[in-house]
Amino acid sequence: MATLRTTSRLFTAARPVFRAQQLRGLATIADTVTGAQPKDQTGTVNDPTKDAKIKTFQIYRWNPDEPASKPRMQSYSLDLNKTGPMMLDALIRIKNEVDPTLTFRRSCREGICGSCAMNIDGVNTLACLCRIPTDTTKESKIYPLPHTYVVKDIVPDLTQFYKQYKSIKPYLQKTTPAPDGKEYRQSKEDRKKLDGLYECILCACCSTSCPSYWWNSEEYLGPAVLLQSYRWIADSRDEKKEERKAALDNSMSVYRCHTILNCSRTCPKGLNPGLAVAEIKKELALH
Amino acid sequence: MRYSGLQKEVLALYRKCLRESRKKPIDTRSHFESYARAEFQKSLALDKKDFAAIEYLMRKGQRQLEMYSSPGIKDIR
Repeated sequence: MATLRTTSRLFTAARPVFRAQQLRGLATIADTVTGAQPKDQTGTVNDPTKDAKIKTFQIYRWNPDEPASKPRMQSYSLDLNKTGPMMLDALIRIKNEVDPTLTFRRSCREGICGSCAMNIDGVNTLACLCRIPTDTTKESKIYPLPHTYVVKDIVPDLTQFYKQYKSIKPYLQKTTPAPDGKEYRQSKEDRKKLDGLYECILCACCSTSCPSYWWNSEEYLGPAVLLQSYRWIADSRDEKKEERKAALDNSMSVYRCHTILNCSRTCPKGLNPGLAVAEIKKELALH
Repeated sequence: MRYSGLQKEVLALYRKCLRESRKKPIDTRSHFESYARAEFQKSLALDKKDFAAIEYLMRKGQRQLEMYSSPGIKDIR
């Protein structure tokens, strides 16, 4: 045990020097587009460690300050042994150490804020909940959420999504005061109806994966907003249930859902927007 | 000269900007007009077939117009 401890101490003592020499060598930019900007110089991987797991990430880049330039894919190589396990760790490391111009949204890094929603290897998900595939022979491709306007790099413009969310009035609507004048109570059974609905973090992964939403995003509300809509219809305390249903009862708002169920497949929180949409359809049909 | 749909949209946006400037106080009106003109002139060199860029700038312009047309904004530099 004693010998072990001394060796480990030796290592920790040695590490800072070792790190400082290597820091720039760990990650390199290998730009696919040449001569775009002076900072995008092509570099080569020169890592002395033998068991380095070099993984290449292809990331969508587009800068709004040069509207005439086309979007491009830029590749970055990182050693997975020195990177955290999640995609977001890799992105943060690229931004910190390789290319500070890379732009993305992130906040909580634990899948509760929904900021880092993006399309990773063809699947809409949260970068903070997505493990980096350990297969280093394949490149990982990172795009912004599909069919959204891009603000910059992998930052999508969710204005339309939030506008639709606002349109369903996502708050408790009551006309009568609470019986005890303090709070609106709910039985345990009624509360149970909201499980699987209230967890939605509005990351827009499901809506932007829905082909129906791609083609009708102006009028069709999309799975995320419909799930929220159903969350308020199902709430036993809400008194505007009929108004909410009437607002949805037209050919576009709900019925553009053709049960493709990409939404339920992609949801990074494991919710089932498809079921909620079906419940709304049932409510509308039975009323 | 016949304009394409997108060209008409650009002209319509410019017209809207000028009309919105008329709702501003008389002594700062010229600032808004010259600002709108300068914004359009910035991308005068753009290739007219570069639809993606033009559409992006249109969306940006619409956002700016929406922002600056709020009655709280009295002057612009």
